Amino acid sequence: MKNLVILGAGTSGTMMANHLRPKLYLNKWNITIVDQFKTHYYQPGFLFLPFDIYNEDQVKKVGKKFIPKDVKYIQKKIEKIIPEENKVELEGETLKYDVLIIATGCKIAPEETNGLLGPLWKKDIFDFYTYEGSLALREKLRGWQGGKLLVHITEMPIKCPVAPLEFSFLADTYFREKGMRDKVDITYVTPLSGAFTKPTCTTALNYLLQEKGIKIETDFAIEHVDNDTKEIIDYEGRKIPFDLLVTIPTNMGDEVIGKSGLGDDLNFIPTDVNTLQSKAHENIFVIGDATNVPASKAGSVAHFEAETLTDNILLYIDGFPLKKEFDGHANCFIETGNNKALLIDFNYVTEPVHGKFPFAKVGPLSLLKESVLNHWGKLAFRWIYWNMLLKGIAIPFVSRNMSFKGKVFDIKPEKNN
Amino acid sequence: MAVKTIAGVEVKVTEDGYLEDMTQWNKEIAKEIAKELNIDLTDKHFEVINYLRDRTIAKEALTIRSVGKSGIVDIKQLYELFPKGPLKFSSKIAGIPKPTSCI
Repeated sequence: MKNLVILGAGTSGTMMANHLRPKLYLNKWNITIVDQFKTHYYQPGFLFLPFDIYNEDQVKKVGKKFIPKDVKYIQKKIEKIIPEENKVELEGETLKYDVLIIATGCKIAPEETNGLLGPLWKKDIFDFYTYEGSLALREKLRGWQGGKLLVHITEMPIKCPVAPLEFSFLADTYFREKGMRDKVDITYVTPLSGAFTKPTCTTALNYLLQEKGIKIETDFAIEHVDNDTKEIIDYEGRKIPFDLLVTIPTNMGDEVIGKSGLGDDLNFIPTDVNTLQSKAHENIFVIGDATNVPASKAGSVAHFEAETLTDNILLYIDGFPLKKEFDGHANCFIETGNNKALLIDFNYVTEPVHGKFPFAKVGPLSLLKESVLNHWGKLAFRWIYWNMLLKGIAIPFVSRNMSFKGKVFDIKPEKNN
Repeated sequence: MAVKTIAGVEVKVTEDGYLEDMTQWNKEIAKEIAKELNIDLTDKHFEVINYLRDRTIAKEALTIRSVGKSGIVDIKQLYELFPKGPLKFSSKIAGIPKPTSCI
């Protein structure tokens, strides 16, 4: 018997287990999946929890429910990966593998920024990238009387890069509906040169910030948080005061990656951008947020990656060359508040385009344009996630590689430095 | 996309002046772009620029933090070399794509 081991039972790991089990002979391949946690969270839901749009039950389920019955599920902490010996050490147990899939994701590392975990953490400083953080922020917002709200990105790359912008838009709607928008000053603080950094998006979307009265501070690379004066300070000494700081801390791959010597300085694993094979070891494959590929760290990307990776694992075990297929395809809904959303479709080299999705000219969803239908698409996605995506069921009419049919590329960008 | 003559060479540039093709880059082009940004390039600047180009060729994502850990400069020094926009200005001078998010 041969062993295929999957590390991590999040979005990517669960999808891989579901894709591979029916395709690998039961009498030839054992599949084992390891995750230390019992609960599988619908992470896109963390954006909605603070605003009371979703409740706790809508964003979590027991992870094992989504793992096929012929896959062995081990709920234990992963201690170390030893690639030279094709072994993974767990708490009190060692697994041997012939093929390893690493899907350990990424998470916030607030300890990387001086002062972030100071006395104001979870009092006036919050994250919404964890279940606990998102819930704590909900409690804070329910009773908050207003003041200066900063929505802040520490550094790129982050999981779901548009979530902080969506948070700003939803905050605008939330405070408006509570009749206290005039008491809240919202500022979006980014280390990049703007809220929208790609020319097509700058052109199409810059109005959103103005329309919602959201201020912006660009090129801000945080050096530390001053808990006494309630300010964030960058490397040039620029200070931005806050009453409530909603921050996206540095995102890093799992510490087991660092401990095993497999990652870069952020514990992301060097991975071939088109085949998803790890660069250092030919029998190790990497998927989702754990890779260092320059695609967005998002569930839709993991979904498209999973289709290519499934083919490549089958090719690899039969000794065939791998497909250089994955193109960085991402397809994401972006909430813009007031029950509207945008939909974007892009890949490694193509900027988000205008047009219709998934059918050329027909849609029904519009790309790069606000619509109520896109908002319902985003909400419907939660059902698709639990019932189709995790189970590895292909989403009809949405292909793994980006399609160029019916899309408009000749958008004249505005000047943007 | 537009064509611009920088240091006597016709290069393809984006709307905001970043080189479209990093292989069209040379040191003279770097110096001229830097001049527009009021930066006088020193050897230290070029060490950073070469590091950024190497990482880009290796298809690795660039962060201020990774430059800070490169052993060439720390983040404060990076800011001193490229004030106001360390990564975006150094990228522009290095002839590599502008650091962007997904939108």
